[in-house]
Amino acid sequence: MSSKTAYTDLFVSRYQPLEKGKRWAWVLIRTVLVVGFCFIILFPLFQRLSIAFRSKADIYDPTVLWIPRNFTLDNLRIAIETTNYFEALSNTALISASTTLIQLVSCALAAYAFARLQFRGSGLLFGLVIFTIIVPPQTIMIPLYLTYRYFDLFGLVGLFTGKDSLNLIDTFWPFILSSSTAMGLKNGLYIYIFRQFFRGIPKEIGEAALVDGAGVFRTFMRIVVPNAVPAIVTVLLFSFVWQWNDSYYVSLFLKQVKVLSTSLMDMGMGLREPDPVYTSMLLNTGVLLAIAPLILMYLFVQRYFVESVERTGIVG
Amino acid sequence: MKITFKRKKKLTLKQKNAWFGVLFASPLIFGMIMLFILPLIQSLRYSLSSIQLVEGGFSVDYEGFSNYTSLFTSNPDYPRSLAESIAAMAVNVPLILVFGLFAAVLLNQKFRGRPFARAVFFLPVILASSVIANLDIGSFVGSGTLSSGGGEAESNLLQSFELKRMMLESGISPIFVDYLTGAVDRIYEIISSSGVQILIFLAGLQSIPPSLYEAAKIEGATGYESFWKVTFPMMSPLILTNTVYSIIDSFSDSPINKLVSETAFKVFDFGLSAAMSWVYFLSVALILAVSVGLISRKVFYYD
Repeated sequence: MSSKTAYTDLFVSRYQPLEKGKRWAWVLIRTVLVVGFCFIILFPLFQRLSIAFRSKADIYDPTVLWIPRNFTLDNLRIAIETTNYFEALSNTALISASTTLIQLVSCALAAYAFARLQFRGSGLLFGLVIFTIIVPPQTIMIPLYLTYRYFDLFGLVGLFTGKDSLNLIDTFWPFILSSSTAMGLKNGLYIYIFRQFFRGIPKEIGEAALVDGAGVFRTFMRIVVPNAVPAIVTVLLFSFVWQWNDSYYVSLFLKQVKVLSTSLMDMGMGLREPDPVYTSMLLNTGVLLAIAPLILMYLFVQRYFVESVERTGIVG
Repeated sequence: MKITFKRKKKLTLKQKNAWFGVLFASPLIFGMIMLFILPLIQSLRYSLSSIQLVEGGFSVDYEGFSNYTSLFTSNPDYPRSLAESIAAMAVNVPLILVFGLFAAVLLNQKFRGRPFARAVFFLPVILASSVIANLDIGSFVGSGTLSSGGGEAESNLLQSFELKRMMLESGISPIFVDYLTGAVDRIYEIISSSGVQILIFLAGLQSIPPSLYEAAKIEGATGYESFWKVTFPMMSPLILTNTVYSIIDSFSDSPINKLVSETAFKVFDFGLSAAMSWVYFLSVALILAVSVGLISRKVFYYD
């Protein structure tokens, strides 16, 4: 009898079945959860993809689950025609790319001033930057619209051109102006991210550069910027994506010029299709077309993106 | 030119840096005044006035608080959509926070296929957008095409029905059960709006020193205990950050935004729209202040 308990003791101490069981149970639960969440995220995307290639005949066919029976490119063709896809795409890409680059420069400069080049009132100014994150953009929507509609820049425009004011609606100027003054879409957040990151770079590196004779600009360009690549990647991706998906500012400033998000909103009206289900199918194809460039881009940059965000220290 | 040069020489390093700071921040200062502070003041003025578009400009007539009173006495949509927005926020933000923290802890562990799982979890950050949310596929394509959407919705319903019965039988309060099963039914919405929060939590998890976990393990803490005694307190500053972010984010695509825009550009009642946006802003600010005040008492800072 005693030998039997000794054997079980030996077995337990050598293989630790309880510990192993607990670990495997957790691995199992974790796998199920991760796979489940991934499925929930990916499912609508695959569904869109599958629906985009279906023909009208497949809509009411209950046997068509994933693979369309009558494969067709008609949905794509109609969606491209009604949204003026390529024109809207080039407008969107132009706005997103230019604002992203300009914002990157203006936000990084301001954030460096907040992190390392404090001046009197910089704390107050930073408080205001945080305040801009909290104030909903709708609150300043009308004055902002009127500012660009009757743009006079404190009377300077009137002085030079002789006209009272300029109409900047339906041009790209509102986007360029707001991003070059770090007041564009969610710019407060980018300034915050950059500031936190710049503060994390050791002061000694900058001081060493100063001793070696580098000025403030040179220190910034040669020392700080190369060290801030994770923050730059994060801000680049966020600002590009958010500008791309934005429908609020573009519908405010661009009434005639179409970008992807606004042309998608008008697409339902432009279709003149009697069947609501087919209309929604076409709309779905339109959405897929609008996000396709982003997904393609994400496939290439996601590795850098996830790594960068982890090292960004948004944390503080 | 010469004088300024001489003066510059005499500045101390700190003063010089301060001037460079002003130079670096000058675009921001300019933009802050032209595109934020002045519009904010104007918007407050408009909300107290009625605005008429006239030839080559617009005229502003002071009217006092009539816009604000009409908002709550005679406007049919505004109080309802404000209440709806706040209710949706109050329901969703706790769920997003809990899910975000949970997903971040999950994604922080080592397992096979982790890079892929991470890439998928951040996909909603890329796809989250008001346009895509408005044209959500589940809403009409799913209900229209019996083939793909119908089956899914049915099984979903069945699942949370079973869960509901199970929890009710075990004696959990019905309000709480409804809340949880509602969360299960809206899981896609919650996942797709918690991408940024997961990122922030994940960044925070990476910054917890491993020595703390080692110490806890030596003291005999189980995984569960070390989560509540180490991970949770260390993450509490980020819970605060994420609460603020989630509240702002949940308001950014609420129905009230649409109402404000439509009042301005379809009805052309700029004064009323400005009043709407001010009431909206003040309620967001109030909610933020209350929740930050409540949470920041419990926040633990490790220094």
